[in-house]
Amino acid sequence: MPAASMYGRLPILKMLAAIIAMTVVICAVMLSINWDGQAASTAAPKIDDLLNVMIIISSFVFSVVIVALFYALWKFKVKPGDESDGEPIHGNTRLEIAWTLIPTIIVLFGGGYSWKVLDEIEEPVKDAMTVDVFSQQYAWSFGYPGKDNVYSQGELHVPVYRQIQFKMHAQDVIHSFWVPEWRIKKDNVPGITTTAIVTPDRVGTYQLICTELCGFGHASMRATVVVEPPGQFQKWVAGLKEKVPQPLEQSVTQDTETNPPPLTAGGA
Amino acid sequence: MLAAIKRPGWTRGALGALAGAAFGFGLVISLRAISGLPLYQTEQTGYPHVVVPLILAPLGFLAGFGCFDYWLRWAAGAPTIPDDHSQHGARSWKDYFRFNTDHKVIGIQYICTTFFFFFVGGLMAMLIRAELAQPGTQIVDAATYNSLFSTHAVLMIFVFVIPVFAGIANYVLPLMIGAPDMAFPRLNALSFWMLPLAGILFVGSFLAPGGAFDAGWTGYAPLSTGAPLGQSFFNLGVQFAGASSIATALNFLVTIITMRAPGMTFWRMPLLVWANLSTSLLVVAATPFIAGAQFMVLFDRLLHTNLFQFASGGDVISYQHIFWFYSHPAVYIMMLPGFGIISEVISTHARKPIFGYRLMALALIGIVVLSYSVWAHHMFVAGMFSWLRVPMMLTTLLIAVPTGIKIFSWLGTLYFGKIHTYSTSMLFALAFIVTFTIGGISGVMLGMVPIDIHVSDTYFIVAHIHFVLFGGSVFTIFAGIYHWFPKMTGRMYDEKLGRVHFWGTLIGTWGTFIPMHWIGMDGMPRRVEDYASQFGNWNLMISCFAFMLGAIQLVFLYNMIVSWRFGPKAPANPWRANSIEWQVSSPPPIFNFDEIPRVVGGPYEYGVPGARHAIMAGEGADVPAAEPSVVGSA
Ligand code: HEM
Ligand SMILES: [Cu+2]
Ligand SMILES: [Cu+2]
Repeated sequence: MPAASMYGRLPILKMLAAIIAMTVVICAVMLSINWDGQAASTAAPKIDDLLNVMIIISSFVFSVVIVALFYALWKFKVKPGDESDGEPIHGNTRLEIAWTLIPTIIVLFGGGYSWKVLDEIEEPVKDAMTVDVFSQQYAWSFGYPGKDNVYSQGELHVPVYRQIQFKMHAQDVIHSFWVPEWRIKKDNVPGITTTAIVTPDRVGTYQLICTELCGFGHASMRATVVVEPPGQFQKWVAGLKEKVPQPLEQSVTQDTETNPPPLTAGGA
Repeated sequence: MLAAIKRPGWTRGALGALAGAAFGFGLVISLRAISGLPLYQTEQTGYPHVVVPLILAPLGFLAGFGCFDYWLRWAAGAPTIPDDHSQHGARSWKDYFRFNTDHKVIGIQYICTTFFFFFVGGLMAMLIRAELAQPGTQIVDAATYNSLFSTHAVLMIFVFVIPVFAGIANYVLPLMIGAPDMAFPRLNALSFWMLPLAGILFVGSFLAPGGAFDAGWTGYAPLSTGAPLGQSFFNLGVQFAGASSIATALNFLVTIITMRAPGMTFWRMPLLVWANLSTSLLVVAATPFIAGAQFMVLFDRLLHTNLFQFASGGDVISYQHIFWFYSHPAVYIMMLPGFGIISEVISTHARKPIFGYRLMALALIGIVVLSYSVWAHHMFVAGMFSWLRVPMMLTTLLIAVPTGIKIFSWLGTLYFGKIHTYSTSMLFALAFIVTFTIGGISGVMLGMVPIDIHVSDTYFIVAHIHFVLFGGSVFTIFAGIYHWFPKMTGRMYDEKLGRVHFWGTLIGTWGTFIPMHWIGMDGMPRRVEDYASQFGNWNLMISCFAFMLGAIQLVFLYNMIVSWRFGPKAPANPWRANSIEWQVSSPPPIFNFDEIPRVVGGPYEYGVPGARHAIMAGEGADVPAAEPSVVGSA
């Protein structure tokens, strides 16, 4: 059957209007909700924006499916007693090309956008501060490298508006470092140093949650995170007396880096 | 008595299991004695005197039960016992408990066994939800909780979803392609009998000291390499389930490639056949990886091979690469056969040819190819080499394209059709389109690295997996079971109860799993038995819907059992479908066809005047011979 006669019989404009109306309604509801909770790092708004863009695109895709499905169910539902078959339409090349190409473009756009966001949130800066994260069943502790190399158990303090590079070291099994308000998560893996970059931009107290199953104490493996003005932070660090214990310090020096140095060209 | 011992069957199987166990135990103990070691090694990762018997007892059972008899005689040059067809067909319910080589019997054995494990795994889900109904610890402690969700997932994946599809296809596929049976009927029977053994190992791990395996269904090292004995049960159970799936996949590949009825070119195969062809391609190449990964964990546990022990130079992350190289394709192993079912159901009940049949088949192959190149999307936050993330993100997002093609083509199939919604199978198929779209959307979001960094390992993941596994796979399974129930049992099921089951399941899945997206994004991690009190109300609501969802499955069980026994007799073709399995009686004759049918056209030619898919024996005279297969060469 020629395509034109096929579509000619569908109220394409009305269906489009229904799709757009439905998209608008879903977006209005979905975008008014703050899905990810409070935002407290420079990465958070970027990730939330990406999520919102995806919500808009997804609402549209979902509306297309719903309108198409329910229109068909309403219009082409068989009348009682009708035993005949439908029209023998086997396909439509133009339509099939369209629903291959358009989704490809949409997902590649999403991929490109995500890539850009990823690069931005992981961009290191020069004056970043390094904090060592130590995880073991079922506790977190933190080291502040410097001349005193001080150590804090169960409580992480960081200055606001300064990029922090967390260097993570697991002592036994895999754990994962997640502060929902920062939107940043990274596994701590025994034997290797993993890195997460965060720039907190909101003073407050948050929770660090372990998100990788690590045994029976997994659910309660939490720590307190305090983001505070630099002055207060300095005072807090100055108050720390303990040094990073030897076995933990050893994991800092011995763990290998996740990313080997770039392969250099040349050689033989 | 002596005769019972000689004959293959349960008695000899039990003896075989005992002999295997005793031999394994004796071997370990005597080797240790010779080496001057303490006889028992009961460090938690050890227990060789339990693990070795656990390998040999199931093998002993299979040998005793008769799975290898024919092959062993053949290999030894002894006269093989001529097949008197006593192992073919089922004359009473007892025949389902025997070694049987009939693909239809094996199909039903598969389906009943896997649904048994579905209900066991479902009960565990109920316990999980009962514990989570309120913050704090009420019913089970943290260690038991970890065992519960691990076994829940493992039962659902390895002994329900993956094999139930093998069961449905076992029954339907040979009939659909006009074959008298599968290519290797004895291998087929062996594949089936390995499955309950896997299930028993998984459930039996609750008896192990230290409790059932508790490192999640993913069993990440080094948590798994240091876990109590139950983990070894998991490592071994996966071997049996995996071997079963690989053997079945080989069987399907050979059956589909070589045993199609004359005239059935590739482009005339029903999409269910295409779907199982694609799935089998995934299984044969990917499943060996999980078998390998679990052996490596077992070796680390028992032989101290230190593959994943960082302190001895092992590499922790490599476990995840090997595991996901299987387990990502596994998600398609759990979905593609369902795609096939949906195509059959929708085309039949909309009385329309599948829209874009060839693109539908090519989309399946596209998914197979792409799905080998996306595994690291499960490891975006795992600390792997960070440059691997972007390419894997792009391939992951691209998989949405062939998947989208399927959704749109099903919708296109409905247009200008005559849509019948009286059958429960069609209701599940239509609901599947919507539910799976939601699961696909959350999947695309998870594919985007920045979003995944936030929601990975939270309840958002739990929501996503259940939307694709329950709302996806399980909906297609229900659609398939209702669709072919008349064919398999020769009885009709009760549509009214079917509708109750359908609506209950639909509302239950949405109510249970939609809110999980939100609590995940808002900060609730996965795999926890206790959580912050701010999530209390949501979890209570989720649990209520979950109990409803669980309870409504009993309606399904009741409907199936009672209809099988007392339902009205089914005609050969209650849905007026075109494919070959509907052209034989319900249930089909023991050898399927008196004469192999000839295929003369596509499987979905609804509404095409005079079109035929197949010509059955006895009606050949007045129809032209099958046209040569030029159509297939494109
Ligand atoms: C009544 C229906 C079901 C309910 C209420 C349910 C509930 C749950 C819950 C609450 C969890 C999360 C446990 C945790 O992370 O703490 C879970 C995990 C899981 N479920 Fe289900 N489930 C159901 C059916 C299914 C089905 C049918 C499948 C598969 C076909 C399935 C596969 C899984 C998987 C793969 C996991 C992940 C386990 C892990 O983290 O290792 N579930 N289920
Ligand atoms: Cu943990
Ligand atoms: Cu995957």
